[in-house]
Amino acid sequence: MNYPILSLAIWVPIIGALPLLALGSERRDLVRWLALAVAIAGFLVTLPLYLEFDRGTAAMQFIEQAPWIERFNIHYFLGVDGISVLFILLNSFITVLVVIAGWQIINEKVAQYMAAFLIMSGLMNGIFSSLDAVLFYVFFEASLIPMYIIIGVWGGPSRVYAAFKFFLYTLLGSLLMLVALIYLFIQADGSFNLLYWHQLRLEMTPQILIFVAFFAAFAVKVPMWPVHTWLPDAHVEAPTGGSVVLAAIMLKLGAYGFVRFSLPILPDASHFLAPMMIALSLIAVVYIGFVALVQADMKKLIAYSSISHMGFVTLGFFIFNQIGIEGALVQMISHGFISAAMFLCVGVMYDRMHSRQIADYGGVVNRMPKFAAFFMLFAMANSGLPATSGFVGEFMVILGAIKFNFWVGFCAAITLILGAAYTLWMYKRVVFGAVANDHVAELTDICWREFLVLALLAVAVLAMGVYPFPFTDIMHASVDNLLQHVAMSKL
Amino acid sequence: MKTLYLIIPFAPLLGAIVAGLFGKAIGRAGAHVVTILGVAISLVCAGLVMQDVLDGNTFNGPVYTWMETDGLKFEIGFLIDRLTAVMMVVVTFVSLMVHIYTIGYMAEDPGYQRFFSYISLFTFSMLMLVMSNNFLQLFFGWEAVGLVSYLLIGFWYTRPTAIYANLKAFLVNRVGDFGFVLGIGLIAAYMGSLDYVTVFADGRELTASSEITTGWPLITTICICLFIGAMGKSAQFPLHVWLPDSMEGPTPISALIHAATMVTAGIFMVARMSPLFELSDTALSFVIIIGSITALFMALIAIVQTDIKRVVAYSTLSQLGYMTAALGASAYSAAIFHLMTHAFFKAVLFLGAGSVIIALHHEQDMRRMGGLRKYMPITYLTVLIGAIANAGLPPFAGFFSKDSIIEAVQLSHIPGAGFAYLALLAGVFIGGFYSFRLVFFAFHGKERFREAAHHDDHHGSHDHHGPAEPHESPWVVTLPLILLAIPAIASGWLIGDMLFGGYFGDAIFIGENHPVLAHMKEEFHGVVPMILHGLMSLPFWLALSGAALAWFLYIARPELPAVIKKKFAVVAMILEEKYGFDRFNDWFFAGGTRAIGQGLWKAGDQTMIDGIAVNGSAKAVGRLAGVVRLLQSGQIYTYAFSMIIGLFVLMTFWLIRS
Repeated sequence: MNYPILSLAIWVPIIGALPLLALGSERRDLVRWLALAVAIAGFLVTLPLYLEFDRGTAAMQFIEQAPWIERFNIHYFLGVDGISVLFILLNSFITVLVVIAGWQIINEKVAQYMAAFLIMSGLMNGIFSSLDAVLFYVFFEASLIPMYIIIGVWGGPSRVYAAFKFFLYTLLGSLLMLVALIYLFIQADGSFNLLYWHQLRLEMTPQILIFVAFFAAFAVKVPMWPVHTWLPDAHVEAPTGGSVVLAAIMLKLGAYGFVRFSLPILPDASHFLAPMMIALSLIAVVYIGFVALVQADMKKLIAYSSISHMGFVTLGFFIFNQIGIEGALVQMISHGFISAAMFLCVGVMYDRMHSRQIADYGGVVNRMPKFAAFFMLFAMANSGLPATSGFVGEFMVILGAIKFNFWVGFCAAITLILGAAYTLWMYKRVVFGAVANDHVAELTDICWREFLVLALLAVAVLAMGVYPFPFTDIMHASVDNLLQHVAMSKL
Repeated sequence: MKTLYLIIPFAPLLGAIVAGLFGKAIGRAGAHVVTILGVAISLVCAGLVMQDVLDGNTFNGPVYTWMETDGLKFEIGFLIDRLTAVMMVVVTFVSLMVHIYTIGYMAEDPGYQRFFSYISLFTFSMLMLVMSNNFLQLFFGWEAVGLVSYLLIGFWYTRPTAIYANLKAFLVNRVGDFGFVLGIGLIAAYMGSLDYVTVFADGRELTASSEITTGWPLITTICICLFIGAMGKSAQFPLHVWLPDSMEGPTPISALIHAATMVTAGIFMVARMSPLFELSDTALSFVIIIGSITALFMALIAIVQTDIKRVVAYSTLSQLGYMTAALGASAYSAAIFHLMTHAFFKAVLFLGAGSVIIALHHEQDMRRMGGLRKYMPITYLTVLIGAIANAGLPPFAGFFSKDSIIEAVQLSHIPGAGFAYLALLAGVFIGGFYSFRLVFFAFHGKERFREAAHHDDHHGSHDHHGPAEPHESPWVVTLPLILLAIPAIASGWLIGDMLFGGYFGDAIFIGENHPVLAHMKEEFHGVVPMILHGLMSLPFWLALSGAALAWFLYIARPELPAVIKKKFAVVAMILEEKYGFDRFNDWFFAGGTRAIGQGLWKAGDQTMIDGIAVNGSAKAVGRLAGVVRLLQSGQIYTYAFSMIIGLFVLMTFWLIRS
């Protein structure tokens, strides 16, 4: 490792986006191919992170450190451990798919569209690899901008409402986080070093206050009940690519914040507030499961299903056992694949029918058998069927929850019924049945480009379901370390 | 040997993948050749394994490590012992027969390749389920067979009833899985392993422990949770509601999945878990009561059904109840024995029904059948064999297994066994009745199909040439019928080995306080004495009188059933309404869930959170800004005035403080 892999992961897509913007949208095909090249390059540079990763240690790897703003002791400080490394790979992988998926769909401002996604991809890699709080914060906030633009420019009819709601909701939360970061900076005698903060001793009251501030930022992102209502609106209005990135990667930022900040910096507050976190997670799983069931809009339904699945993530974190935390991390990755696939499937139909209403469909399988087969696989994965990735994380978290408290496991397991109910009921109404109307009768099956995108995701979903060993193996050391750390009081 | 174990499930999987992904390329013939070849290889290998197991070789080992975390090792692995071997042979044999039969049954269907792909995939899943050596893989197979069942019930996806039935089947099974997962979770939490052998060993040490959070006895809780899973998969009351509706699927899968194999997964699972269930009398009691309720009350529904497949479906439910009751009486080997004989004779009944259905161009209503005996002699004969076996008359297979179960329940001292014994006895009478009612109704009497020949059939694609003359089905249909009819007669004669010869060895564990089978062994002196003894026992006469009643009502006095129905209209209605379960579930569970969802969405998300909290605060900010904006009038004198006022306020404040 003689070259800065993490910097490449961040800057290759961002810098690669600049020539796209320079080219402008006149030469669409050139722009598309260039965007694809940049996205693939961006993915390839992240591969060494997996291949050369040392599974034996919990320490940060691929570290890069350089002074940035010396007056405030802010550093350009990057590094990954077993918890964060997979998200960089996931993010770069999804970016490639998003570029392919938007190939023909986006015909206006192509260059800007592609550039927005590439830049966002680089920024999010930055979030997952920052070890300096200010650097993290800058990336965290900056990633809002491209998404805001994506929803606001390429979105649906009430995109402005959704974009504002998305932006304000998340910004409000992160401002409180900024206050907490500055407080920690002062407590740490002028350091923004996250690893140093992990060792920092803190009294209970400041711990709880900081936890609440962090909660405001991260819970909105996850999103946890009751600060989740921005998500369905954002998804409904966002273009398909925007929904994919939002669900697959952006939601993970909040959850990642909990494991990187809240748990290790504030172990006592985390334990103290765990009952609340568990309760909110279970509400997300059960309450949102019921709400998802009655949605008439497919994107809303999947958005609610995302919230419900993310409930498993926060639940897994706050039951403080290894299987729970690893299950939560696995669930995050798996949800990255499955939610991306589900939104792409809805996108495929939307591009043809220009409707997301379940009632406008029926009998799609008669016209699109290949698509129906893929959609079936992803719907089953979304319902947590074994041998798909959706099962692995859910199962682990349920096992962890039962170990923690039988009733918590009991509530979490309700998702087995609700998840299958809302997903398969939607599938039944949309895909099965006789051809419902003339619009459905005119549908054409997926083209090779759509086939490619869905097939890649299908392989990922199945591979992770049949052999999840590599995914958990890479995180053992770091999760072990995290658990030991959280078990130690800082008072 | 390990290679052989791998070939058994993966040969059908390969067939399924080829037929599924390359169905168009290899064509219809290609699809059935490749899948039949896969299953045939599997059957041969299963036979070899059976031979090997009988020689005393068992195997228990991993294939690969699926995942490792928190000290728990999740593995994919095989446990090959005598219990597994029986299941493997039964599954691959019935599956092969159904594969061959399908060539005839689905000949005109556009989804031919897809169908073969699904049933081969099913065979793979079922084999993985029975060959598992741990709970994880068991659950994998468990869900995978559920998935294929879902796909196959909804095979004719344009029919509203089919896609309603498959969703219902999946969701009801998920209710069972909910319990099953909790059971597995408790095992993982308290025993730290999902491997059968380790869990069984630990179970014995945890007999007196309680679950920490709830305070419930641990083993009992685990067993009941696991059994709830079995209630879903094996369609036990009150989770039985999905099985009759599953008849919307093509008939070959009704035979394979919803009679012979998949629905018996729950029975197999409990037998496999015998070392755990034996530790809890409460759980066994629960099992025997649920089983006997199912056996009796589902049989009752069968007597009012007119759809030939539904009669067989309710009879399946009832027979599954018998198996479950046997489990509760600790007669695990009797349950597995009945599972095996039932697999043969019920497959015959279903496939025979299917043969009739195609002969009559997808007619399933027995009121439009009758007198088919002379047109379809092979079908008639095989169905008759199936019906006799189902009724439990000697010397057919069903007699031996059913009689053993009844005797075991009679000898059992588990709470609830008394009730179970009476329920099972009553079930025998009803079983004799509905079995022969089917035979007489469909194959004897007036030829009612002629009147119905012009009725609208739901398959739509068949052309009618006046009153159709039904004829015997092609050899691909009759051959499996004959091959299945043979074990439907003869497989019962294995009773000496399977039940009393210690066939199952270590695979099944029976506690010292449940010596039911040991008692029966003392009474057993061979097949022929058992038949002779059976001729003088109560169940035989009950079954026979049931059959006689069927003869009386459907051959001697065919006008009577309508009269009786009118007389007992209330009873008939209750049975035709299937005790109202479907209505209740639709209203209470399906409707209730949707109502809760609407309520939470409208009241919670839209009104409270978005309406009041989010947009409310946004509006509040807007309103506040609207008020504050008035201050910024843009006129210098107002600014000057407010500056002066401000100055006064500050000065006053300063003066008061000092």
